[in-house]
Amino acid sequence: MIGGLGSALIGSHPPTVADDCLLRNAWVCPEYVRTRADELTAATVEHLRITVISVVLGAALALPLALLARRVRRLQVTILGLSTAIYTIPSLALFSLLLPFTGLSDKTVIIGLVLYSLTILVRAALTGLDGVPEEVRDAGRGMGYSANGLLWRVELPLALPVLIGGLRVATVSTVALVTVGTIVGSGGLGDLIATGLQSNFKAQVLTASVLCVVIALVLDLLLVLTQRVFMPWRRGKAAA
Amino acid sequence: MGWIADVLAWFQDPRNWQGPDGIPHRFLEHVGLSAAALGIACALAIPLAVWLGHIHRGGALAVGVSNIGRAFPTFAVLVLLVLAPDPFGLSTLSILTALVLFAIPPILTNTYVGVSEVDPAAVDAARGMGMSGPQILAKVELPLATSLIMDGVRLAAVQVVATATIAALVAGGGLGAIITDGFGRQNQAEVVGGAICVLVLALSVEGGMALLQRRVDPQRAVRAGSRAAAA
Repeated sequence: MIGGLGSALIGSHPPTVADDCLLRNAWVCPEYVRTRADELTAATVEHLRITVISVVLGAALALPLALLARRVRRLQVTILGLSTAIYTIPSLALFSLLLPFTGLSDKTVIIGLVLYSLTILVRAALTGLDGVPEEVRDAGRGMGYSANGLLWRVELPLALPVLIGGLRVATVSTVALVTVGTIVGSGGLGDLIATGLQSNFKAQVLTASVLCVVIALVLDLLLVLTQRVFMPWRRGKAAA
Repeated sequence: MGWIADVLAWFQDPRNWQGPDGIPHRFLEHVGLSAAALGIACALAIPLAVWLGHIHRGGALAVGVSNIGRAFPTFAVLVLLVLAPDPFGLSTLSILTALVLFAIPPILTNTYVGVSEVDPAAVDAARGMGMSGPQILAKVELPLATSLIMDGVRLAAVQVVATATIAALVAGGGLGAIITDGFGRQNQAEVVGGAICVLVLALSVEGGMALLQRRVDPQRAVRAGSRAAAA
């Protein structure tokens, strides 16, 4: 828009190609990306920060919860029921319900997103651990593993493909959901989409949207690569 | 804890139950738009996925569409449609299109998986009994896939209700508009009150769909029958 103003002042000269896309309010505009690189980078970093904190906290809480649910079967029904309920709550409503506690801050968004990733990851952990064949557990016990040793050396490694599968779903969903955080002013790239909507700035909306999808795909790819590095025996098979 | 009293007062205020901004009208908008989107998505996705599952083709597409769909932020898609030229733009069509787009993946994936992963032995047996392709589809594959298809429809329903809420950030009415109006007026009680309305609707939809799923599943009778046959 600044470029558009500049070329309008020049008047008699035809606008340069680079300025033209801002003037025309085009969807695709390299000039926008060039002139607003700082703003785009800051929003991308903020988006990544909220995503990573939310998924890591979610994973850190999910594993102990899943282990607890496995030990106390009655808790499992409660935990799975609660996680379905949380997953059902639309993100805009969840952030709004947290408002009295955390106010207009990134805490509201992060706590909401931790809850969502938690529900996916607890399920994945329980599915993965339940999928370990009983004979394998028996063999482990026969080799003299304690309950703890069995968990860390046998059960968790075998559950890892399902766990990473859950981590992929949680990460990709979280990247998309961060945008809704713009309602409390912490939406990462979602803030750019919101201001772009208000000022009818198409290049900003499209660029920020594409960046969201790219972040999701890149993080997903990183998790697939992690799985290949840590589980060479699973190469070529997709995670469940 | 004063905010709880504020929220209760908001719910008790008769003005919040009247007119185009009132809870009943917003509720009807939300349910109407969601039901229309879910209906359209079912009409588009179920026949396509049933056919693909029946001929065992296009599995990568049917399953991949769910993974790709998850990466697209609903908010971004809504804004892109609202800024798009006619017939989109600031219209119900834009919101409805976004809702349908996000409802299709779970239905498509679950229906495809449900139909294509029916036990081949059951299909073989049906063919041996002289059933034609359409008969196998109607009498073997669809009944066995119903539970998974309904899973997909339930997931889509939850997704549609959530997306319809986010639509208020862009233009739409529905219960989400109570939340965005509350943010606009810096009225926390209205924000939380609207969120509670959305919560009640979302949980009712999930619960209602779970009940429906149990009622329409023909597999219980079939399962009892096959157990008798196996014995």
